[in-house]
Amino acid sequence: MTILVCISNVPDTTTKITFTDNNTQFNTNGVQFILNPYDEIALARAIELTDGGKGTVTVINVGEANTEPTIRKALAIGATDAVRINAKPHDAWFVAYQIAQYVKANPFDLILTGRESIDYNGSKVAGMLGELLDLPSVSIIKKLELDGDKAIVEREIEGGKEILTIPFPFVAGTAEGVAEPKIPNMRGIMSARTKPLTVIEPVDVKTNSEIISYETPAPRGQVKLVAADDSGKLIDLLHTEAKVI
Amino acid sequence: MSVLIYAENADGKFKKSIFEVVSYARAIADQSNTTLTAISIGNINTDELNSLAKYGADKILNVANAQLKNFVNQAYASVIAEAAKKEGADIVVLSNSFSGRGLAPRIGVKLDAGLVDGAVELPELNGGKFTVKKTAFSGKAFAVVELTSANKVIALTPNSYKIVEAAKTAKVEDFNVETKESDFKAMLKEIVRSTDKVSLPDAEIVVSGGRGLKGPENWGMIEELASLLGAATACSKPVSDSGWRPHSEHVGQTGIAVSPNLYIAIGISGAIQHLAGVSSSKVIVVINKDAEAPFFKVADYGIVGDAFEVVPKLIAAIKEHKALV
Repeated sequence: MTILVCISNVPDTTTKITFTDNNTQFNTNGVQFILNPYDEIALARAIELTDGGKGTVTVINVGEANTEPTIRKALAIGATDAVRINAKPHDAWFVAYQIAQYVKANPFDLILTGRESIDYNGSKVAGMLGELLDLPSVSIIKKLELDGDKAIVEREIEGGKEILTIPFPFVAGTAEGVAEPKIPNMRGIMSARTKPLTVIEPVDVKTNSEIISYETPAPRGQVKLVAADDSGKLIDLLHTEAKVI
Repeated sequence: MSVLIYAENADGKFKKSIFEVVSYARAIADQSNTTLTAISIGNINTDELNSLAKYGADKILNVANAQLKNFVNQAYASVIAEAAKKEGADIVVLSNSFSGRGLAPRIGVKLDAGLVDGAVELPELNGGKFTVKKTAFSGKAFAVVELTSANKVIALTPNSYKIVEAAKTAKVEDFNVETKESDFKAMLKEIVRSTDKVSLPDAEIVVSGGRGLKGPENWGMIEELASLLGAATACSKPVSDSGWRPHSEHVGQTGIAVSPNLYIAIGISGAIQHLAGVSSSKVIVVINKDAEAPFFKVADYGIVGDAFEVVPKLIAAIKEHKALV
Protein backbone atom coordinates (compact mmCIF):
# COMPACT_ATOMS: atom_id res chain seq x y z
CA MET A 1 0.00 0.00 0.00
CA THR A 2 1.31 3.44 -0.92
CA ILE A 3 0.19 6.37 1.20
CA LEU A 4 0.73 10.07 0.60
CA VAL A 5 0.55 12.35 3.64
CA CYS A 6 0.20 16.06 2.91
CA ILE A 7 1.93 18.12 5.58
CA SER A 8 1.93 21.79 6.57
CA ASN A 9 4.52 23.85 8.38
CA VAL A 10 2.59 25.92 10.95
CA PRO A 11 3.29 28.16 13.96
CA ASP A 12 3.63 26.25 17.23
CA THR A 13 0.37 26.04 19.21
CA THR A 14 1.80 28.24 21.98
CA THR A 15 2.47 31.11 19.53
CA LYS A 16 1.06 34.49 20.39
CA ILE A 17 -0.26 35.69 17.04
CA THR A 18 0.75 39.22 16.02
CA PHE A 19 0.93 41.08 12.72
CA THR A 20 3.19 43.66 11.07
CA ASP A 21 3.02 46.11 8.14
CA ASN A 22 -0.24 47.65 9.22
CA ASN A 23 -1.77 44.23 10.01
CA THR A 24 -1.13 42.83 6.56
CA GLN A 25 1.65 40.35 7.41
CA PHE A 26 1.79 37.59 10.00
CA ASN A 27 4.73 38.35 12.29
CA THR A 28 6.98 35.28 12.11
CA ASN A 29 9.65 36.92 14.24
CA GLY A 30 10.57 34.52 17.05
CA VAL A 31 7.86 32.06 15.99
CA GLN A 32 8.74 28.40 16.05
CA PHE A 33 7.25 26.37 13.22
CA ILE A 34 6.10 22.80 13.67
CA LEU A 35 4.53 19.94 11.79
CA ASN A 36 0.77 20.66 11.83
CA PRO A 37 -0.63 18.60 14.77
CA TYR A 38 -3.46 17.06 12.68
CA ASP A 39 -0.92 16.06 10.00
CA GLU A 40 1.03 14.25 12.74
CA ILE A 41 -2.08 12.14 13.30
CA ALA A 42 -2.31 11.37 9.56
CA LEU A 43 1.37 10.46 9.47
CA ALA A 44 1.09 8.23 12.55
CA ARG A 45 -1.83 6.30 11.05
CA ALA A 46 -0.05 5.97 7.69
CA ILE A 47 2.99 4.50 9.44
CA GLU A 48 0.80 2.06 11.40
CA LEU A 49 -0.98 0.93 8.24
CA THR A 50 2.27 0.23 6.39
CA ASP A 51 4.28 -1.09 9.34
CA GLY A 52 6.28 -4.27 8.79
CA GLY A 53 6.94 -3.81 5.08
CA LYS A 54 3.27 -3.51 4.11
CA GLY A 55 3.87 -0.34 2.14
CA THR A 56 5.44 3.09 1.93
CA VAL A 57 4.60 6.52 3.28
CA THR A 58 5.53 9.59 1.26
CA VAL A 59 5.13 13.03 2.79
CA ILE A 60 4.54 16.03 0.56
CA ASN A 61 4.77 19.70 1.43
CA VAL A 62 4.25 22.83 -0.60
CA GLY A 63 6.75 25.25 0.85
CA GLU A 64 10.03 27.03 0.49
CA ALA A 65 13.36 25.70 1.77
CA ASN A 66 12.61 26.89 5.32
CA THR A 67 10.03 24.07 5.74
CA GLU A 68 12.71 21.39 5.47
CA PRO A 69 13.17 20.95 9.25
CA THR A 70 9.48 20.04 9.45
CA ILE A 71 9.81 17.63 6.51
CA ARG A 72 12.87 16.03 8.18
CA LYS A 73 10.81 15.67 11.36
CA ALA A 74 8.20 13.71 9.38
CA LEU A 75 10.96 11.51 7.98
CA ALA A 76 12.33 11.01 11.50
CA ILE A 77 8.89 9.95 12.72
CA GLY A 78 8.91 7.26 10.05
CA ALA A 79 7.94 8.45 6.56
CA THR A 80 9.76 6.58 3.78
CA ASP A 81 10.54 9.57 1.60
CA ALA A 82 9.52 13.16 1.02
CA VAL A 83 8.64 15.60 -1.73
CA ARG A 84 8.78 19.36 -1.42
CA ILE A 85 7.11 21.50 -4.05
CA ASN A 86 9.23 24.59 -4.01
CA ALA A 87 6.73 27.44 -3.61
CA LYS A 88 5.07 29.63 -1.02
CA PRO A 89 1.73 27.99 -0.12
CA HIS A 90 -0.38 30.88 -1.44
CA ASP A 91 -3.75 29.39 -0.44
CA ALA A 92 -5.47 26.00 -0.17
CA TRP A 93 -6.35 25.99 -3.87
CA PHE A 94 -2.72 26.59 -4.87
CA VAL A 95 -1.51 23.83 -2.52
CA ALA A 96 -4.18 21.33 -3.61
CA TYR A 97 -3.52 22.04 -7.28
CA GLN A 98 0.24 21.46 -6.92
CA ILE A 99 -0.25 18.22 -4.99
CA ALA A 100 -2.88 17.00 -7.48
CA GLN A 101 -0.44 17.47 -10.37
CA TYR A 102 2.13 15.39 -8.49
CA VAL A 103 -0.40 12.65 -7.70
CA LYS A 104 -1.59 12.48 -11.32
CA ALA A 105 1.97 11.51 -12.28
CA ASN A 106 2.57 9.41 -9.15
CA PRO A 107 -0.65 7.70 -7.98
CA PHE A 108 -1.16 6.54 -4.38
CA ASP A 109 -3.62 4.13 -2.76
CA LEU A 110 -4.51 6.57 -0.01
CA ILE A 111 -4.01 10.29 0.44
CA LEU A 112 -4.22 11.74 3.94
CA THR A 113 -4.21 15.32 5.17
CA GLY A 114 -4.84 16.71 8.63
CA ARG A 115 -8.46 17.78 9.18
CA GLU A 116 -7.22 21.38 8.96
CA SER A 117 -4.01 23.32 9.40
CA ILE A 118 -3.92 25.27 12.64
CA ASP A 119 -2.98 28.52 10.86
CA TYR A 120 -5.83 29.06 8.39
CA ASN A 121 -8.17 26.26 9.55
CA GLY A 122 -9.65 25.73 6.10
CA SER A 123 -10.27 21.96 5.91
CA LYS A 124 -10.05 22.56 2.18
CA VAL A 125 -7.12 20.64 0.72
CA ALA A 126 -8.64 17.14 1.17
CA GLY A 127 -11.88 18.06 -0.63
CA MET A 128 -10.09 19.98 -3.38
CA LEU A 129 -7.71 17.06 -3.97
CA GLY A 130 -10.66 14.69 -4.13
CA GLU A 131 -12.33 16.86 -6.74
CA LEU A 132 -9.18 17.46 -8.79
CA LEU A 133 -8.38 13.74 -8.81
CA ASP A 134 -12.02 12.59 -9.11
CA LEU A 135 -11.68 10.53 -5.92
CA PRO A 136 -13.99 10.26 -2.91
CA SER A 137 -13.00 12.56 -0.04
CA VAL A 138 -13.97 12.59 3.62
CA SER A 139 -13.08 15.79 5.36
CA ILE A 140 -12.97 15.00 9.04
CA ILE A 141 -12.44 11.42 10.11
CA LYS A 142 -12.05 10.01 13.62
CA LYS A 143 -11.16 6.44 12.68
CA LEU A 144 -9.64 4.63 9.71
CA GLU A 145 -9.49 0.82 9.50
CA LEU A 146 -8.61 -1.48 6.61
CA ASP A 147 -11.12 -3.97 5.24
CA GLY A 148 -9.58 -5.72 2.23
CA ASP A 149 -9.55 -3.38 -0.76
CA LYS A 150 -11.71 -0.92 1.16
CA ALA A 151 -11.42 1.19 4.26
CA ILE A 152 -13.94 1.72 7.02
CA VAL A 153 -13.90 5.28 8.26
CA GLU A 154 -15.81 7.18 10.90
CA ARG A 155 -16.80 10.68 9.97
CA GLU A 156 -17.71 13.25 12.58
CA ILE A 157 -21.15 14.89 12.31
CA GLU A 158 -22.85 17.29 14.71
CA GLY A 159 -24.06 15.16 17.60
CA GLY A 160 -22.80 11.83 16.33
CA LYS A 161 -20.88 10.04 13.64
CA GLU A 162 -21.29 8.29 10.32
CA ILE A 163 -19.56 5.03 9.48
CA LEU A 164 -18.61 4.68 5.80
CA THR A 165 -16.91 2.12 3.61
CA ILE A 166 -14.75 3.57 0.86
CA PRO A 167 -12.76 1.73 -1.81
CA PHE A 168 -9.16 2.83 -2.36
CA PRO A 169 -7.94 5.22 -3.58
CA PHE A 170 -9.51 8.09 -1.67
CA VAL A 171 -8.62 11.24 0.26
CA ALA A 172 -9.31 11.83 3.96
CA GLY A 173 -8.57 14.51 6.57
CA THR A 174 -7.66 13.05 9.95
CA ALA A 175 -8.69 14.31 13.39
CA GLU A 176 -8.03 13.13 16.93
CA GLY A 177 -8.91 9.50 17.43
CA VAL A 178 -7.40 8.19 14.18
CA ALA A 179 -3.99 7.58 15.79
CA GLU A 180 -1.73 8.83 18.55
CA PRO A 181 1.06 11.07 17.22
CA LYS A 182 4.46 9.36 17.23
CA ILE A 183 7.64 10.77 18.73
CA PRO A 184 10.77 10.18 16.64
CA ASN A 185 13.38 7.92 18.21
CA MET A 186 17.15 8.31 17.86
CA ARG A 187 17.33 5.84 14.97
CA GLY A 188 14.59 7.72 13.18
CA ILE A 189 16.35 11.03 13.67
CA MET A 190 19.65 9.61 12.34
CA SER A 191 18.05 7.96 9.31
CA ALA A 192 15.96 11.05 8.48
CA ARG A 193 19.10 12.83 7.31
CA THR A 194 19.69 10.35 4.52
CA LYS A 195 16.13 9.55 3.46
CA PRO A 196 15.26 10.88 -0.01
CA LEU A 197 13.77 14.38 -0.15
CA THR A 198 12.94 15.37 -3.71
CA VAL A 199 12.43 19.03 -4.52
CA ILE A 200 10.25 19.81 -7.52
CA GLU A 201 9.20 23.12 -9.00
CA PRO A 202 5.56 24.26 -8.94
CA VAL A 203 3.31 24.42 -11.99
CA ASP A 204 1.55 27.64 -12.99
CA VAL A 205 -1.96 28.07 -11.65
CA LYS A 206 -4.26 31.07 -11.34
CA THR A 207 -5.02 31.78 -7.69
CA ASN A 208 -8.47 32.93 -6.57
CA SER A 209 -8.01 34.38 -3.11
CA GLU A 210 -5.75 36.88 -1.35
CA ILE A 211 -5.43 37.75 2.32
CA ILE A 212 -5.87 41.52 2.50
CA SER A 213 -5.41 42.07 6.24
CA TYR A 214 -5.60 40.52 9.68
CA GLU A 215 -7.39 41.43 12.88
CA THR A 216 -7.05 40.23 16.43
CA PRO A 217 -10.16 39.60 18.57
CA ALA A 218 -11.43 42.65 20.45
CA PRO A 219 -10.16 42.57 24.03
CA ARG A 220 -12.76 41.85 26.69
CA GLY A 221 -13.45 44.24 29.53
CA GLN A 222 -12.30 43.64 33.08
CA VAL A 223 -13.60 40.39 34.57
CA LYS A 224 -16.49 40.83 37.00
CA LEU A 225 -15.82 38.64 40.01
CA VAL A 226 -18.57 37.05 42.07
CA ALA A 227 -17.70 35.84 45.58
CA ALA A 228 -17.59 32.03 45.88
CA ASP A 229 -19.94 32.15 48.89
CA ASP A 230 -22.46 34.01 46.78
CA SER A 231 -22.17 31.86 43.62
CA GLY A 232 -25.89 32.01 42.97
CA LYS A 233 -25.54 35.68 42.13
CA LEU A 234 -23.76 34.65 38.95
CA ILE A 235 -26.99 33.15 37.63
CA ASP A 236 -28.78 36.48 38.23
CA LEU A 237 -26.06 38.38 36.39
CA LEU A 238 -26.14 35.98 33.44
CA HIS A 239 -29.90 36.41 33.28
CA THR A 240 -30.40 40.12 33.89
CA GLU A 241 -27.10 41.69 32.80
CA ALA A 242 -25.49 39.43 30.17
CA LYS A 243 -28.91 38.12 29.08
CA VAL A 244 -27.52 34.78 27.97
CA ILE A 245 -29.68 32.48 30.09
CA MET B 1 -26.39 36.42 -11.21
CA SER B 2 -27.97 35.15 -7.98
CA VAL B 3 -27.18 33.54 -4.64
CA LEU B 4 -27.63 29.84 -3.85
CA ILE B 5 -27.57 28.26 -0.42
CA TYR B 6 -27.32 24.62 0.51
CA ALA B 7 -29.86 23.96 3.28
CA GLU B 8 -28.40 20.95 5.04
CA ASN B 9 -30.86 18.96 7.11
CA ALA B 10 -30.23 16.69 10.05
CA ASP B 11 -32.74 13.86 10.15
CA GLY B 12 -35.32 15.87 8.22
CA LYS B 13 -34.96 19.06 10.25
CA PHE B 14 -33.11 22.31 9.60
CA LYS B 15 -30.94 23.47 12.45
CA LYS B 16 -30.56 27.05 13.61
CA SER B 17 -27.26 27.26 11.72
CA ILE B 18 -29.15 26.79 8.44
CA PHE B 19 -31.51 29.68 9.20
CA GLU B 20 -28.37 31.72 9.91
CA VAL B 21 -27.09 30.74 6.46
CA VAL B 22 -30.40 31.78 4.86
CA SER B 23 -30.40 35.14 6.71
CA TYR B 24 -26.77 35.75 5.77
CA ALA B 25 -27.31 34.86 2.12
CA ARG B 26 -30.49 37.00 2.02
CA ALA B 27 -28.38 39.97 3.07
CA ILE B 28 -25.82 39.20 0.33
CA ALA B 29 -28.60 38.93 -2.25
CA ASP B 30 -29.98 42.29 -1.07
CA GLN B 31 -26.49 43.86 -1.31
CA SER B 32 -26.44 43.10 -5.01
CA ASN B 33 -30.19 43.31 -5.61
CA THR B 34 -30.60 39.72 -6.67
CA THR B 35 -32.55 36.61 -5.72
CA LEU B 36 -31.86 33.83 -3.25
CA THR B 37 -32.44 30.18 -4.06
CA ALA B 38 -32.16 27.39 -1.50
CA ILE B 39 -31.46 23.76 -2.32
CA SER B 40 -32.34 20.90 0.01
CA ILE B 41 -31.30 17.30 -0.58
CA GLY B 42 -32.78 14.19 1.05
CA ASN B 43 -35.90 13.36 3.04
CA ILE B 44 -37.71 16.41 4.32
CA ASN B 45 -41.33 17.53 4.53
CA THR B 46 -42.89 20.54 2.82
CA ASP B 47 -43.49 22.54 6.03
CA GLU B 48 -39.85 22.29 6.91
CA LEU B 49 -38.85 23.30 3.37
CA ASN B 50 -41.21 26.27 3.47
CA SER B 51 -39.56 27.50 6.66
CA LEU B 52 -36.62 28.60 4.50
CA ALA B 53 -38.85 31.27 2.93
CA LYS B 54 -39.42 32.82 6.34
CA TYR B 55 -35.78 33.94 6.42
CA GLY B 56 -35.63 35.13 2.85
CA ALA B 57 -35.43 32.33 0.27
CA ASP B 58 -37.16 33.33 -2.98
CA LYS B 59 -37.12 29.83 -4.41
CA ILE B 60 -36.65 26.41 -2.85
CA LEU B 61 -35.28 23.47 -4.80
CA ASN B 62 -36.02 20.04 -3.40
CA VAL B 63 -33.96 17.04 -4.45
CA ALA B 64 -35.94 13.95 -3.48
CA ASN B 65 -33.87 11.39 -5.43
CA ALA B 66 -33.85 8.16 -3.35
CA GLN B 67 -30.16 7.61 -4.11
CA LEU B 68 -29.43 10.90 -2.36
CA LYS B 69 -31.44 10.19 0.77
CA ASN B 70 -28.28 10.05 2.89
CA PHE B 71 -25.29 12.35 2.66
CA VAL B 72 -22.77 11.36 -0.01
CA ASN B 73 -20.12 14.05 -0.16
CA GLN B 74 -19.15 13.67 -3.81
CA ALA B 75 -22.70 13.31 -5.14
CA TYR B 76 -24.10 16.16 -3.04
CA ALA B 77 -21.31 18.44 -4.25
CA SER B 78 -22.17 17.57 -7.86
CA VAL B 79 -25.89 18.30 -7.32
CA ILE B 80 -25.23 21.64 -5.60
CA ALA B 81 -22.74 22.74 -8.27
CA GLU B 82 -25.22 21.72 -10.98
CA ALA B 83 -27.96 23.76 -9.29
CA ALA B 84 -25.64 26.76 -9.10
CA LYS B 85 -25.01 26.50 -12.85
CA LYS B 86 -28.71 26.07 -13.72
CA GLU B 87 -29.75 28.95 -11.48
CA GLY B 88 -26.94 31.17 -12.69
CA ALA B 89 -25.75 31.57 -9.11
CA ASP B 90 -22.33 33.16 -8.75
CA ILE B 91 -22.29 32.96 -4.95
CA VAL B 92 -22.91 29.71 -3.07
CA VAL B 93 -23.29 29.85 0.72
CA LEU B 94 -23.35 26.89 3.08
CA SER B 95 -22.76 26.17 6.75
CA ASN B 96 -19.19 25.53 7.88
CA SER B 97 -20.53 22.33 9.47
CA PHE B 98 -18.75 18.98 9.29
CA SER B 99 -20.59 18.15 6.06
CA GLY B 100 -20.27 21.71 4.76
CA ARG B 101 -16.51 21.50 5.13
CA GLY B 102 -16.52 18.41 2.95
CA LEU B 103 -18.73 19.96 0.28
CA ALA B 104 -17.40 23.51 0.00
CA PRO B 105 -13.97 22.68 -1.45
CA ARG B 106 -15.44 20.28 -4.02
CA ILE B 107 -18.10 22.81 -5.07
CA GLY B 108 -15.41 25.50 -5.25
CA VAL B 109 -13.31 23.43 -7.65
CA LYS B 110 -16.34 22.48 -9.77
CA LEU B 111 -17.38 26.12 -10.17
CA ASP B 112 -13.85 27.46 -10.53
CA ALA B 113 -14.69 29.55 -7.47
CA GLY B 114 -12.61 30.99 -4.68
CA LEU B 115 -13.68 29.73 -1.26
CA VAL B 116 -13.83 31.41 2.13
CA ASP B 117 -14.38 28.88 4.92
CA GLY B 118 -15.27 29.91 8.46
CA ALA B 119 -16.74 33.28 7.44
CA VAL B 120 -17.90 35.38 10.40
CA GLU B 121 -19.24 38.54 8.74
CA LEU B 122 -21.07 39.65 5.61
CA PRO B 123 -18.89 40.23 2.55
CA GLU B 124 -17.81 43.80 1.88
CA LEU B 125 -17.77 45.21 -1.60
CA ASN B 126 -15.21 47.98 -1.82
CA GLY B 127 -14.07 49.41 -5.12
CA GLY B 128 -14.77 46.18 -6.96
CA LYS B 129 -13.10 44.09 -4.25
CA PHE B 130 -15.14 41.32 -2.66
CA THR B 131 -13.76 40.61 0.82
CA VAL B 132 -14.94 38.32 3.62
CA LYS B 133 -13.71 38.13 7.21
CA LYS B 134 -12.94 34.65 8.51
CA THR B 135 -11.43 33.07 11.60
CA ALA B 136 -7.71 32.26 11.44
CA PHE B 137 -5.03 30.80 13.67
CA SER B 138 -7.69 28.66 15.35
CA GLY B 139 -9.54 31.62 16.81
CA LYS B 140 -6.48 33.66 17.76
CA ALA B 141 -7.13 36.08 14.89
CA PHE B 142 -9.26 36.92 11.87
CA ALA B 143 -8.17 37.23 8.25
CA VAL B 144 -9.88 39.39 5.65
CA VAL B 145 -9.80 37.43 2.41
CA GLU B 146 -10.43 38.83 -1.05
CA LEU B 147 -12.00 36.46 -3.55
CA THR B 148 -10.74 37.33 -7.01
CA SER B 149 -12.73 34.74 -8.99
CA ALA B 150 -16.06 35.43 -10.70
CA ASN B 151 -17.79 32.64 -8.75
CA LYS B 152 -17.53 32.47 -4.99
CA VAL B 153 -18.24 29.94 -2.25
CA ILE B 154 -18.67 30.98 1.39
CA ALA B 155 -18.95 28.60 4.37
CA LEU B 156 -20.45 30.44 7.35
CA THR B 157 -19.32 29.74 10.91
CA PRO B 158 -22.32 28.63 13.01
CA ASN B 159 -23.51 31.13 15.63
CA SER B 160 -21.70 34.07 14.02
CA TYR B 161 -24.60 35.68 12.12
CA LYS B 162 -27.93 36.61 13.64
CA ILE B 163 -31.11 35.12 12.24
CA VAL B 164 -33.27 37.78 10.60
CA GLU B 165 -36.82 37.12 9.50
CA ALA B 166 -37.51 38.36 5.98
CA ALA B 167 -40.63 36.53 4.91
CA LYS B 168 -40.83 35.77 1.20
CA THR B 169 -43.35 33.73 -0.70
CA ALA B 170 -41.27 30.99 -2.17
CA LYS B 171 -42.31 28.07 -4.29
CA VAL B 172 -40.92 24.62 -3.65
CA GLU B 173 -39.78 23.04 -6.91
CA ASP B 174 -38.51 19.55 -7.48
CA PHE B 175 -34.96 19.59 -8.76
CA ASN B 176 -33.69 16.59 -10.64
CA VAL B 177 -30.20 16.00 -11.84
CA GLU B 178 -28.60 12.98 -13.38
CA THR B 179 -26.21 11.43 -10.95
CA LYS B 180 -23.06 9.67 -12.02
CA GLU B 181 -22.06 6.37 -10.58
CA SER B 182 -18.50 7.38 -9.77
CA ASP B 183 -19.92 9.87 -7.24
CA PHE B 184 -21.22 7.01 -5.08
CA LYS B 185 -18.03 5.11 -4.24
CA ALA B 186 -18.20 6.03 -0.56
CA MET B 187 -21.03 4.04 1.02
CA LEU B 188 -22.80 4.91 4.24
CA LYS B 189 -22.95 1.94 6.59
CA GLU B 190 -24.42 3.46 9.69
CA ILE B 191 -25.33 6.74 11.36
CA VAL B 192 -24.78 6.84 15.10
CA ARG B 193 -26.49 9.75 16.84
CA SER B 194 -26.17 10.69 20.47
CA THR B 195 -29.67 12.11 20.53
CA ASP B 196 -29.97 12.77 24.23
CA LYS B 197 -27.40 15.54 24.25
CA VAL B 198 -26.95 19.00 22.76
CA SER B 199 -24.29 18.83 20.04
CA LEU B 200 -21.22 20.89 20.87
CA PRO B 201 -20.75 22.73 17.53
CA ASP B 202 -24.42 23.83 17.54
CA ALA B 203 -24.67 24.70 21.23
CA GLU B 204 -25.62 28.18 22.40
CA ILE B 205 -24.36 27.40 25.90
CA VAL B 206 -21.32 25.24 26.66
CA VAL B 207 -20.27 23.94 30.07
CA SER B 208 -16.66 22.85 29.95
CA GLY B 209 -14.52 21.03 32.51
CA GLY B 210 -10.77 20.81 32.98
CA ARG B 211 -8.22 18.94 35.03
CA GLY B 212 -9.39 20.85 38.09
CA LEU B 213 -12.26 18.38 38.27
CA LYS B 214 -9.74 15.69 39.23
CA GLY B 215 -11.33 12.72 37.47
CA PRO B 216 -14.07 11.48 35.11
CA GLU B 217 -16.19 10.39 38.07
CA ASN B 218 -16.75 14.05 38.93
CA TRP B 219 -18.47 14.94 35.67
CA GLY B 220 -21.94 14.30 37.08
CA MET B 221 -22.28 17.87 38.29
CA ILE B 222 -20.98 19.23 34.95
CA GLU B 223 -23.62 17.22 33.13
CA GLU B 224 -26.32 18.30 35.54
CA LEU B 225 -25.39 21.96 35.15
CA ALA B 226 -25.32 21.55 31.35
CA SER B 227 -28.64 19.80 31.26
CA LEU B 228 -30.30 22.50 33.39
CA LEU B 229 -28.98 25.17 31.01
CA GLY B 230 -29.74 23.23 27.83
CA ALA B 231 -26.00 23.30 27.22
CA ALA B 232 -23.48 21.00 25.58
CA THR B 233 -20.60 19.60 27.62
CA ALA B 234 -16.98 20.14 26.61
CA CYS B 235 -13.51 19.71 28.05
CA SER B 236 -9.88 20.79 27.81
CA LYS B 237 -7.17 18.84 25.96
CA PRO B 238 -5.58 17.19 29.04
CA VAL B 239 -9.01 15.82 29.94
CA SER B 240 -9.63 14.18 26.55
CA ASP B 241 -5.98 13.08 26.33
CA SER B 242 -6.42 11.29 29.66
CA GLY B 243 -9.51 9.56 28.31
CA TRP B 244 -11.80 11.15 30.90
CA ARG B 245 -14.00 12.50 28.11
CA PRO B 246 -14.27 11.73 24.36
CA HIS B 247 -12.12 13.64 21.84
CA SER B 248 -15.27 15.08 20.28
CA GLU B 249 -15.64 17.22 23.43
CA HIS B 250 -12.12 18.69 23.27
CA VAL B 251 -12.30 22.44 22.73
CA GLY B 252 -9.17 24.32 21.74
CA GLN B 253 -6.62 24.89 19.02
CA THR B 254 -6.22 21.22 18.13
CA GLY B 255 -9.80 20.32 18.99
CA ILE B 256 -13.00 22.07 18.12
CA ALA B 257 -13.49 25.84 18.02
CA VAL B 258 -16.81 26.99 19.45
CA SER B 259 -18.63 30.31 19.43
CA PRO B 260 -21.55 29.94 21.85
CA ASN B 261 -23.41 32.78 23.56
CA LEU B 262 -22.15 31.52 26.91
CA TYR B 263 -19.05 29.46 27.68
CA ILE B 264 -18.63 28.30 31.28
CA ALA B 265 -15.12 27.02 32.03
CA ILE B 266 -14.77 25.02 35.23
CA GLY B 267 -11.36 24.01 36.52
CA ILE B 268 -9.61 25.01 33.29
CA SER B 269 -6.53 27.22 33.72
CA GLY B 270 -6.74 28.74 30.23
CA ALA B 271 -3.68 27.70 28.24
CA ILE B 272 -3.28 29.74 25.05
CA GLN B 273 -4.31 26.70 22.96
CA HIS B 274 -7.59 26.38 24.85
CA LEU B 275 -8.33 30.10 24.72
CA ALA B 276 -7.94 30.00 20.92
CA GLY B 277 -10.91 27.66 20.65
CA VAL B 278 -13.26 29.76 22.78
CA SER B 279 -12.24 33.35 21.97
CA SER B 280 -15.32 34.02 19.84
CA SER B 281 -17.73 33.04 22.63
CA LYS B 282 -19.97 36.00 23.42
CA VAL B 283 -19.82 35.67 27.22
CA ILE B 284 -17.16 33.72 29.11
CA VAL B 285 -17.52 32.59 32.73
CA VAL B 286 -14.51 31.15 34.53
CA ILE B 287 -14.63 29.16 37.74
CA ASN B 288 -11.21 28.31 39.12
CA LYS B 289 -9.69 28.11 42.57
CA ASP B 290 -6.48 29.74 41.35
CA ALA B 291 -7.04 33.50 41.15
CA GLU B 292 -3.94 33.73 38.94
CA ALA B 293 -5.34 31.36 36.28
CA PRO B 294 -4.80 33.04 32.86
CA PHE B 295 -8.40 32.29 31.90
CA PHE B 296 -9.63 35.11 34.19
CA LYS B 297 -7.88 37.64 31.91
CA VAL B 298 -10.27 36.84 29.04
CA ALA B 299 -13.37 36.16 31.15
CA ASP B 300 -16.44 38.38 31.49
CA TYR B 301 -17.48 36.85 34.81
CA GLY B 302 -15.44 34.85 37.27
CA ILE B 303 -15.65 33.02 40.54
CA VAL B 304 -12.45 32.28 42.41
CA GLY B 305 -13.37 29.14 44.27
CA ASP B 306 -13.40 25.38 44.46
CA ALA B 307 -15.51 23.86 41.69
CA PHE B 308 -16.81 21.23 44.10
CA GLU B 309 -18.36 23.98 46.24
CA VAL B 310 -19.29 26.47 43.53
CA VAL B 311 -20.96 24.20 40.96
CA PRO B 312 -23.56 22.72 43.37
CA LYS B 313 -24.45 26.29 44.40
CA LEU B 314 -24.92 27.23 40.74
CA ILE B 315 -27.10 24.19 40.20
CA ALA B 316 -29.26 25.16 43.19
CA ALA B 317 -29.48 28.77 41.99
CA ILE B 318 -30.57 27.71 38.49
CA LYS B 319 -33.25 25.44 39.91
CA GLU B 320 -34.50 28.34 42.00
CA HIS B 321 -34.32 30.70 39.01
CA LYS B 322 -36.28 28.24 36.89
CA ALA B 323 -38.93 27.89 39.59
CA LEU B 324 -39.39 31.67 39.54
CA VAL B 325 -39.83 32.15 35.80
